[in-house]
Amino acid sequence: MSVMGKMAEGTAAREYLTFRLDQEEYGIDILKVQEIRGYEPPTRIANAPSFIKGVVNLRGTIVPIVDMRLKFNCSKAEYNSFTVVIILNMHQRVVGIVVDSVSDVMELPPDAIRAAPDIDSAIDSGSITGLGSVGERMLILLDIEKLMSSDDMGLVASE
Amino acid sequence: MADTQHDTGADFDLTQFYQIFFEEAGENLDQMEQMLLNLDLSAADEEELNGIFRCAHSIKGGSATFGFADVAELTHKMESLLDRLRRHEITPIPQMVDVLLESADASRSLLARHQAGGVGEAISTLDLVRRISDLAAGAGQTSAPASPAEVFVPPVPPVVVAPPAAVPAPAPAPAPVAPVDGERALQIRIGPLERAELADSIKELFRDIPGLGSIGDLPCADAGCRLFSVSTSSTDDDLLDLFAFHVSKEQVRISAAGAASPAEPAALAPATTPAPGPVAEEPVTPAVVYPPAHEAYGFFSGAPGEPQAIDASAAPKAAAKAASPAQMESTSIRVAVNKVDQLINLVGELVITQAMLAQTSRGLEASANQQLLAGLADLDRNTRDLQESVMSIRMIPMSTVFSRFPRMLRDLASKLDKKVELQTLGEATELDKGLVEKITDPLTHLVRNSVDHGIETPQERLAAGKSEHGTLTLAASHQGSSIVIEVRDDGRGMNREKILAKARERGLDVSDQMPDADVWQLIFAPGFSTADVVTDVSGRGVGMDVVKRNIAALNGSVEIESAQGVGMRVAVRLPLTLAIMDGMSVGVGDEVYILPLSSVVESFQVKADDINTVAQGSQLVKVRDEYMPVIELERIFQVPRESGSAPNAIMVVVESDGNRVALLVDELLGQHQVVVKNLESNYRKVPNVSGATILGDGTVALILDTGSLVRRVRY
Repeated sequence: MSVMGKMAEGTAAREYLTFRLDQEEYGIDILKVQEIRGYEPPTRIANAPSFIKGVVNLRGTIVPIVDMRLKFNCSKAEYNSFTVVIILNMHQRVVGIVVDSVSDVMELPPDAIRAAPDIDSAIDSGSITGLGSVGERMLILLDIEKLMSSDDMGLVASE
Repeated sequence: MADTQHDTGADFDLTQFYQIFFEEAGENLDQMEQMLLNLDLSAADEEELNGIFRCAHSIKGGSATFGFADVAELTHKMESLLDRLRRHEITPIPQMVDVLLESADASRSLLARHQAGGVGEAISTLDLVRRISDLAAGAGQTSAPASPAEVFVPPVPPVVVAPPAAVPAPAPAPAPVAPVDGERALQIRIGPLERAELADSIKELFRDIPGLGSIGDLPCADAGCRLFSVSTSSTDDDLLDLFAFHVSKEQVRISAAGAASPAEPAALAPATTPAPGPVAEEPVTPAVVYPPAHEAYGFFSGAPGEPQAIDASAAPKAAAKAASPAQMESTSIRVAVNKVDQLINLVGELVITQAMLAQTSRGLEASANQQLLAGLADLDRNTRDLQESVMSIRMIPMSTVFSRFPRMLRDLASKLDKKVELQTLGEATELDKGLVEKITDPLTHLVRNSVDHGIETPQERLAAGKSEHGTLTLAASHQGSSIVIEVRDDGRGMNREKILAKARERGLDVSDQMPDADVWQLIFAPGFSTADVVTDVSGRGVGMDVVKRNIAALNGSVEIESAQGVGMRVAVRLPLTLAIMDGMSVGVGDEVYILPLSSVVESFQVKADDINTVAQGSQLVKVRDEYMPVIELERIFQVPRESGSAPNAIMVVVESDGNRVALLVDELLGQHQVVVKNLESNYRKVPNVSGATILGDGTVALILDTGSLVRRVRY
């Protein structure tokens, strides 16, 4: 990813899907997004971390649902008719993430992206590829694939 | 990002062709192996020999085209040997079959290496090449073949006009020696052809086959024709046979050099060997398939110089021969498995939607909605039919599994100096493709076991009053919704005392009064080597415990029957498919779990005082005379429960590996077929869960892994 990513960054603007978690706004590569759905109660999986809400049936595929608000230690995580699930498709693996809301899709030229400072956060800072600035807004750009496959997500078997 | 996504170029197409070649070569090797095994050495059928030759030839052609020189060279040698065989220049002997089989294996592994991108060490084919050459040169021949002129002198140095660099230097391989002394100068006219380039491949024959002779181009007036000057010691018939791979015989005219016009068609007439059938690469008319030799003589003697008549009479036969393979092709198509799986998924979805509609429609008033309800009933029936037919696509006949055993048995029997005949029954029985792949290894182990430990040596068998040949039977049959695969042998059977002694030695709990069936199950205990039990011959590979575990993982079971001195029967019982399972749904709190029905023994209501607690809080329930460990699903799966709801009330006894535990649940919800979905494709392995399924209301329910639940308390 890194080499290809850098090449692409150097040549053209990329499109990001942005979503909100609490007060923060995040952006992920639009090409990783399969679809956006409303939240439906998943089937709980015993002994899974609390941010893994369970699995749902997505047209015959069993898809795990991760609540990013719990993962990122947001103040509240409510489930109502406005709760949104972004279905990601990464390397043939399908995962759904719960977010507060989806904002929009925006194009960011390479010069609008700053390197991420070393910060202490709930997630491995290696998963943050940079900070994008759009006017007054700041976007935290995530390498969602790296984040989802990291060990502490518990989505892939570690053995 | 977009620009980096379009870097697939022409290379992609080439890989696709590679794939086709590898698939075809694999099929050809399989077919060749099959035919070699069926070959009756004492009366080798020409059609069979030709068939084997064709396989080798196709692989050679393909691998040379794709630049796999090692495979091309090896198959070329095989082809040379087979060529001499089918012309009866040498008589087939068992060593030839051996070396050809080994060469087929070697080609397979070389091809596999190429397929993997050429990584790893290539196996050496030098020894095989030398052995084939020796055999082709007549080594091991007991009697000289009929032809007087055919003396096994060192082959004539090949007369090659221009040795091409691309072709591996030919070893002193057999020249197709013809019963004609000296070389003849011939003029060969080929045509008219639609594509005259086809004739050029004739020249390659002269290049590739050492000792065939030399060839040169001659100018030809006709655009669709080619004219060659050839100097060879082979007969016209031999040449025609060789050419038949590239052009049909009618299009070849052979005449002595200097003759003003091509010889009359009658010169072609003595076609003594049936020509090989169509080879994949070139369009050949069905008429190439000639009637068998003796009939051909009849035709020719009756109507010399009338090729039209020959064609006419040969045509129906040719058509009949050509018809069967052609039909096979047109009635089946090759489809990627993932396309089929996608179809199965979609149908599964449809079934769920249909179930949902059916559920919703139940509340409707029958009289007012008659039409709608009738439509829904139709939908119900059609979906079921559709699901059944779609599932049947994944079913493949057991013959694909059985077909690999003749070869294995032959090798094994010759290694162990035993005589074993294989009998297969119920090859048409169909089984899910996923199961077929997983059942092959356990079956292989069972077969090896039978040959190694069960079947006696010929001497022992004769002494015991049995026939010299042991018989191994592989049988498959449907029984209800399961398939039963049996491995039977008429060998010495298992020795009850030895097994019991061995079990005691290992500290297992056994008694002399144990029923036979329980004794036989002992061999499945981990580390219980069957080699130590019955013979001194060492066991190889996986033990019987692994066989049992693999089969249990497929929701199957193994039964053994054995009688000392008479034989042994191992029956493997499997569900028909992995994709659909009979399940029992149970409710725990607000959650639903599915138990595989095959492992459910019974269920009953319990009162609180039926459950006894022993140290550390583990619970036991008394079922008739037996105390059984209790597993509270609520606790294992940490089911949240609002206080005040109904307490656990029902025990479901499940069995796995012969052990039973009682699962404590709230309620039994029902039995139904469930479509098994893999949880690990998007998530990870969940303890005590084997998979997931989608319920009628569209939600997901987890399928419990009874094996691991039982192990949890038993070990």
